[in-house]
Amino acid sequence: MSSGSGFGDEKGGSSSVGEPEYGHDPASGGIFSSDYKRHDDLKEMLDSNKDSLKLEAMKRIVAMIARGKNASDLFPAVVKNVACKNIEVKKLVYVYLVRYAEEQQDLALLSISTFQRGLKDPNQLIRASALRVLSSIRVTIIVPIMMLAIKEAASDMSPYVRKTAAHAIPKLYSLDPEQKDQLIEVIEKLLADKTTLVAGSVVMAFEEVCPERIDLIHKNYRKLCNLLIDVEEWGQVVIINMLTRYARTQFLNPNVNESLLEESGEKAFYGSDDEEGKEEKAEAAALAKRKPYVMDPDHRLLLRNTKPLLQSRNAAVVMAVAQLYFHLAPKAEVGVIAKALVRLMRSHSEVQYVVLQNVATMTIKRRGMFEPYLKSFYIRSTDPTQIKILKLEVLTNLANETNISTILREFQTYIKSMDKDFVAATIQAIGRCATNIGEVRDTCLNGLVQLLSNRDELVVAESVVVIKKLLQMQPEQHSDIIKHMAKLTDNIQVPMARASILWLIGEYCEHVPKIAPDVLRKMAKTFTNEEDIVKLQIINLAAKLYLTNSKQTKLLTQYVLNLAKYDQNYDIRDRARFIRQLIVPTDKSGALSKYAKKLFLALKPAPVLESPFKDRDHFQLGSLSHLLNAKAGGYQELPDWPETAPDPSVRNVEVKDSVPEWTKCSSREKRKEKKVEKPFYSDSEEESGPTESADSESDSASGSGSGSESEESGSGSESEESREESESEQEDKEDEEDKRKKKKKTDRGKVKAPAVESPESEESSGAEEKNRAQKVKGRRSGSESESEEEEESESESSRSESESESESESDTDAKKKKKAPVTKPPPKQAKKESKKEKKEMSLLDLDDFEPTPSPQVTPVNNFLSSSLVTDLEGLSLTDTVMAPTTIAPSGSVKTYELLHRITGEGLGVEYCFSRQPFSPDAHMVAVQIMFTNNTNAETKNLHVEDPKLQSGMRIKEFPEIELLPPGEMVTVVMGIDFCDSTQAANFQLCTHIRKFFVSIQPPVGELMMPVFMTENEFKKEQGQLMGMNEISEKLTLGEKCQNEHGIVQRVTSAANVSRVPCGSDKECRFAGKTVSSGILVLVTVATKEERAAQLTVNCEKMVIGTMLVKDILQALTQ
Amino acid sequence: MIHSLFLINSSSDIFLEKHWKSVISRSVCDYFFEVQEKAGEAENVPPVIHAGHHYLINIYREKIFFVSVIQSEVPPLFVIEFLHHVAETFQDYFGECSESAIKDNVVIVYELLEEMLDNGFPLATESNILKELIKPPNILRSVVNSITGSCNVGETLPTGQLSTIPWRRAGVKYTNNEAYFDVVEEIDAILDKTGSVVFAEIQGVIDACVNLTGMPDLTLSFMNPRLLDDVSFHPCVRFKRWESERVLSFIPPDGNFRLLSYHVSAQNLVAIPIYVKQNISFFETGSSGRLDITVGPKQTMGKTVEAVFVTINMPKVVLSANLTATQGNYTYNPVTKTLVWDIGKLSQQKLPNLKGSLTLQCGAPKPEESPSLNIDLKIQQLAISGLKVNRLDMYGEKYKPFKGVKYVSKAGKFQVRT
Repeated sequence: MSSGSGFGDEKGGSSSVGEPEYGHDPASGGIFSSDYKRHDDLKEMLDSNKDSLKLEAMKRIVAMIARGKNASDLFPAVVKNVACKNIEVKKLVYVYLVRYAEEQQDLALLSISTFQRGLKDPNQLIRASALRVLSSIRVTIIVPIMMLAIKEAASDMSPYVRKTAAHAIPKLYSLDPEQKDQLIEVIEKLLADKTTLVAGSVVMAFEEVCPERIDLIHKNYRKLCNLLIDVEEWGQVVIINMLTRYARTQFLNPNVNESLLEESGEKAFYGSDDEEGKEEKAEAAALAKRKPYVMDPDHRLLLRNTKPLLQSRNAAVVMAVAQLYFHLAPKAEVGVIAKALVRLMRSHSEVQYVVLQNVATMTIKRRGMFEPYLKSFYIRSTDPTQIKILKLEVLTNLANETNISTILREFQTYIKSMDKDFVAATIQAIGRCATNIGEVRDTCLNGLVQLLSNRDELVVAESVVVIKKLLQMQPEQHSDIIKHMAKLTDNIQVPMARASILWLIGEYCEHVPKIAPDVLRKMAKTFTNEEDIVKLQIINLAAKLYLTNSKQTKLLTQYVLNLAKYDQNYDIRDRARFIRQLIVPTDKSGALSKYAKKLFLALKPAPVLESPFKDRDHFQLGSLSHLLNAKAGGYQELPDWPETAPDPSVRNVEVKDSVPEWTKCSSREKRKEKKVEKPFYSDSEEESGPTESADSESDSASGSGSGSESEESGSGSESEESREESESEQEDKEDEEDKRKKKKKTDRGKVKAPAVESPESEESSGAEEKNRAQKVKGRRSGSESESEEEEESESESSRSESESESESESDTDAKKKKKAPVTKPPPKQAKKESKKEKKEMSLLDLDDFEPTPSPQVTPVNNFLSSSLVTDLEGLSLTDTVMAPTTIAPSGSVKTYELLHRITGEGLGVEYCFSRQPFSPDAHMVAVQIMFTNNTNAETKNLHVEDPKLQSGMRIKEFPEIELLPPGEMVTVVMGIDFCDSTQAANFQLCTHIRKFFVSIQPPVGELMMPVFMTENEFKKEQGQLMGMNEISEKLTLGEKCQNEHGIVQRVTSAANVSRVPCGSDKECRFAGKTVSSGILVLVTVATKEERAAQLTVNCEKMVIGTMLVKDILQALTQ
Repeated sequence: MIHSLFLINSSSDIFLEKHWKSVISRSVCDYFFEVQEKAGEAENVPPVIHAGHHYLINIYREKIFFVSVIQSEVPPLFVIEFLHHVAETFQDYFGECSESAIKDNVVIVYELLEEMLDNGFPLATESNILKELIKPPNILRSVVNSITGSCNVGETLPTGQLSTIPWRRAGVKYTNNEAYFDVVEEIDAILDKTGSVVFAEIQGVIDACVNLTGMPDLTLSFMNPRLLDDVSFHPCVRFKRWESERVLSFIPPDGNFRLLSYHVSAQNLVAIPIYVKQNISFFETGSSGRLDITVGPKQTMGKTVEAVFVTINMPKVVLSANLTATQGNYTYNPVTKTLVWDIGKLSQQKLPNLKGSLTLQCGAPKPEESPSLNIDLKIQQLAISGLKVNRLDMYGEKYKPFKGVKYVSKAGKFQVRT
């Protein structure tokens, strides 16, 4: 096949589609005919009924394609099989089709209908692959069909299909750029997608189709930042690169103040001192005018969220983050990337090559960053030459006064290397160090001079070149070194070195007027024994001396020229003749001899020794253009920082008007705004949860189904069942099962849809909610501190105190960064806030809520920490769920563990039954859930997913908790309708990283709520609930509950019932009704002599009755 | 992004081509051949080559050049990493990434490449997703397939593709539940002529082989996690927990994977397990030289140093070596000019020594350059940095897995300058 490549040569470009194959076929003459025969039997196989034969044929055809052989004549035979049932045959046909459709457009159209059918298939994989192939067929006629398919797929339920749609966009764009506007619409839609699967692909499409439409990113910026860590590696690279550009247009330069000073310093380094003075003054003036720089929180968000990716295993991701930090981070923070980049140096040599190129550029701008890692750039003899040279470049860039001696010592060992190209590069590097660092110039020169005696000509030549450069830069020091070199002529035998020295003496003969003629004298003596190259330089030297010092050297020159005249080498004879005519004035000498001096002793320009990587940083680091130091096609310039920041509110996802009046008029408007916008974008985040889970439902169910089993063994048969079901769903590949699943999903999708599409309306109310939530929280913590749990709240406050202390100390900077935007308001302001809220309390009356008697008790710190959290959480609440957050746990409430902090990896969750009515739905039991984050990291996006409930049971999820800072605790309320049964409610508790299977099982006593009635009513009701509905049990009271008070306490703690006033002191009566169906539950405890007593429960539901008896019995006998 | 891929063997044959967009003539590779010729050795071929309207980004793995054709701006590392990933996938599927393996499985290779890239942008690269889409070849299946006509291609979307943990497939089942971890450390060091350390650091990896049923959630903790200076994780590792608690918490991929690579910085003193005394000199006259090398154990923490090799790339003028080794044996390859001394185990009592004369080319001047010694060694049951795994806990599953941790220290780029 290599012969085929010859034919394609003239064509070159990508336009020569399939040309080489055509060119190849006639060339292979004889085989060609037999090829046809073989193709015939392939055709036969393709036409057969057996799938195995078809498969065999397709495999052979694909092998042909892979080897680059032409198989286009089989097109009709292959296309027929596009609808083949066998999926492997089908796939191979797709491969063939994509390869040859462009050449056989008409025939390719035959297959289109199959794909259109495939687009409607219930199997998402088939839908996706149909779209993939359809969009890969480069046939212009089907552009409208493709457009339609992409649009449809962009709103597919399956994120995988949507991802494929995103991939199809650039394909269509390259086929027909006219479709750009429509495609941008699709991109805009997909950019709003909240799944990680789609994010990378759609940003890729964005970059290829409309990278200039930066405005499309605004609304999605925060979402992209937050999703980033969960996007697959390749998507991360694309997104980070795009966001780098975005940030450059939207934020202010974090280094405005420092960079000016620093730059002028750098300039001095390169020795252009002239303009500096003026510039500096101007800069100083500018600096004075400048306001103190405050980083936009969104800018910070980007830096914070990309930082963990420096730990990625994928070098491309690490590099992308590194360039982002280099281009966007404040100078003080850029340092973090050095370590990660140094780590990449252990990777494959190709990776090393690219990384070193980028490091070389970085070291010019930010030398300090890599200085600690100097030794990591030391060179091993086993490194490939190209890597050695790049490392050398980095080492040279890193050299400064303090480390130069170490570096020079390293260089000395390098000079002994066997790799001559590398030695030459080392010598150049020494030269550069010598020019940059004055202190070592002499040492370097001496070292280089010694190298002149090296046997290797390359080394010598390089040394001479470098010495020459050094000398040219420092004319005043010439004489010494040249004198020294002149002395060396006695010892140095390498002809190249001798020649080089002679050239130098000749060039600067005016600086060494006494020595130069002497050198010539010595050389004249040995002329006949010298190598040719030296002889030429002797002639050169003689000529130059003759021109400057003819008195002393006239005879010598003539002697040399005479010797040369009879030399064996005709080059030398030639040269001698030429020079004689030029310099020795004779009658015949032409006009040229007048200019001889100018010809020979013209001032040679001093070469500049600077890094080839200087100024490369105007290309975005890590890009192809940077590597090549030339703009590659499709490269997007990295824009300069704007002078003034564009409006940051464009990134707010809310409608601005919906911000309630009072936040606007607040004196701290800016801060308020920030607070408002944060939760809003989280709002949109929260919604991503359900949509995603709807699609990934089947697998997550089976995966976690088994997980839940071990976590809580008591969850009963239900989870067992659901697990089996989900497993069967997965493994059975029967069509029916598939359809059912699909249908289920569609249903769910439908249900979900309105919730997703109406965030606007929710948001407008959301802002108000947030404020209310804040109040509420403030009050809550107040009442809490009063209640029995005073101790607890105290410990909490002390914890948060220490927390804030550690923040101010900021020992771990990761923590600091994470916290920074959230914990901005200092305690003082928080106090103010709390006061303010007190005033406004009346504005936001909430009925089910007693006023806080003494808010001043509220510990400030406690308020601060919790209010921030409520801030975030409150916003995403809808008004119906609002009230329950306010429930203060009354009395001694038993808490249960939902998730142990070890199982939950630091997230501890407890719940209790607050016994407050759940106002959004009166049939639900309010469950108060307390999250404690015991980790050092934030937990984000806490929400409920995927409830597995018994039929009839319902669940009202708590609003997503956007953020739970380390060490903090947050309390939310959710409602569960247990249908008056003690079956557990199973669901998943999801954080941004994990899912936990949890279940809440209510004690029967919590399934009811108190009912107030008189003694008469009680008796009347009791009378109706006799017989089977009455359960009574004899018991012996426990030691501690012998008096009335003890009994009441025990019973009310076991069941949520209220006491009924009663005349007799021998009897205690309680009444309640079940929450879900409102059935009455009557409890009577009649005490007798000693500690004997009788417990009677009257309830229509016998199950509840028996269970309640059991529970109360236990409570009383203990 | 990635337009086309060409696989080229060492004899400059293009034995596979794949195009993801319109077809690009393979003549574009001529640019590559030109550069390759100029570079001489394969490892000196620059990874990025400007070729007219295209750019060629290539990697060299297992004697194969993977040459990808790029038409517009793309981060070069993106392509390089991807190509390496392709090579690793082949390795994973066929056991080796060689020309013959690729040629034998050309259809699977093609199917893989088709799945891995869509329009030049990576689509499915996780090994477990790919394995569900396209089953790796094995003899039994190929026999069954040829009889039943069933195929190697999965019909449903792999579960990993949609889940938040794409690296693990659902419904994994094993009868023996095992989790093995290999802590492998490599010492990168440069020693100078006198034997003092110029530079030393430790690069470690933890490779895992996890065969566990279901969806286990593992937590691996270390006795001394602060040792680790810089780490990079498999995506499964929860970064937050590492930051806060310095434990590795993860839901493992199924099978073999690299959990963690780490770096123990040069600031911590690195224990160099051996010392080398060497003297290589060439005489001004007589076209000969002398060589004397002694290797001995140093800080080995009571473990035996095994599999010690000393490799020296001699200057070109060295024709032959006439040496005697007190332990092990040596070979000198006069073509590549490499002297390899295979020592084997190092014992405390008798220090191995290699001594003798070198013959130089007649009349050639004494070589200037000093060859450096590359050392290879292995120490079992020891992580030279002192890193120790404390415990491995499993959550989320009931059964008791069999757990094991193995430590090995090796020489990485260990060089002694002369």
